[in-house]
Amino acid sequence: MIEPLQELVNTNPALVRRGRWTDVDMLLGIGDAHWMVTVRAGRIERIEPEAWAVSGWDFAIKGTKDAWEAFWQPVPPPRHHDLSALIREGKMRFEGNTDLLLANFLYLKLILETLRGRV
Amino acid sequence: MEIEPITGRYARMDIHGRPHRLYWEEAGAGIPLLCLHTAGSDGRQYRALLNDAEITSRFRVVVFDMPWHGKSSPPEGFQDEEYQLTTDGYVDLVVTVASALGLDRPVVMGCSIGGRVVLELAKRHPDLFRAVIGLQSSAFAQRYFPIDPLHKPTIHGGEMCAAYCYGLVGPQAPLAERWETLWHYMQGGPGVFKGDLHFYSMDGDVSDRLGEIDTAACPVYMLTGEYDYSCTPEASRETAALIDGAELTIMDGLGHFPMSEDPERFRSHLMPVLEKIAG
Repeated sequence: MIEPLQELVNTNPALVRRGRWTDVDMLLGIGDAHWMVTVRAGRIERIEPEAWAVSGWDFAIKGTKDAWEAFWQPVPPPRHHDLSALIREGKMRFEGNTDLLLANFLYLKLILETLRGRV
Repeated sequence: MEIEPITGRYARMDIHGRPHRLYWEEAGAGIPLLCLHTAGSDGRQYRALLNDAEITSRFRVVVFDMPWHGKSSPPEGFQDEEYQLTTDGYVDLVVTVASALGLDRPVVMGCSIGGRVVLELAKRHPDLFRAVIGLQSSAFAQRYFPIDPLHKPTIHGGEMCAAYCYGLVGPQAPLAERWETLWHYMQGGPGVFKGDLHFYSMDGDVSDRLGEIDTAACPVYMLTGEYDYSCTPEASRETAALIDGAELTIMDGLGHFPMSEDPERFRSHLMPVLEKIAG
């Protein structure tokens, strides 16, 4: 589902440059499904599906399936167009090392947006 | 080269009984229109308005950077203080600056924290302001996100403030205006955005005082972008319903920074309000 993320980010020099100090192991929760996304120096090194039993991630971003589907529409509706908006709506939550997440927040928002119209 | 018709100057004045050096910009002549920027940003948010000949032909548009913001310095001794905006401090600031600049019963337009304080100004000082325009204005804003990360040594403050505001810009805003808006946030002083949010979501609840606003003495106009999840259209509707005579417009496609993120789209909603005020 989110596999295109790897190519979308790694072929975008501006995003890779923005994330050049970003080394994170991020768990993405989409409804009941989980993906492990490994980022090294701004590039997506791996995306592993069915990561339901993995441990060792730095932080997790978990949203309902509906929330992500709305977020990934080409023009998302109000209150669903941003991770912070979904937090406010109660449709998303962050877990783990949230300081590390927030230190890379702009990069994370921008890379996740690249999937708009692609999922 | 093209020189814009905006003049920027510094003034020295006492604010809250302490000497300050304050920066302001202005353009145009006519009815004074005093503009208040959002939390953690500065007066550049109104750059399009100051350059709008149709507006400046009838309004003297005045925009100041709050102390600690933009080119206005914090007061002497700031290094040992924590900046925190309060309702009384904010009201006093606007009244002091309007008086110092010799503005005769200005219209005051503010966004976000500015959209909140204009309601307080309409209630406390209807004699000093001929009308108020609240952009992204609500009586109160529930805190939905932690604010400590805005000023923490392990997190870059400028990047964090921009990330915090990134989604508050409507998704269809022109890229250049979106990133100009975020740049202002990236440039804010450490802890200043956080200090403004003290007023926004802690100290500045005007809910119980809205019924006392006399819109016959000081008309209240409200304009709110539909993509704002901080001051939502619903919050503005609830606020407007408590002010007898307030006029609210919900602006399609716009977010929390209408005058800065998409000036063209904002203009189409602002002009009818200015027409009414100018008569």
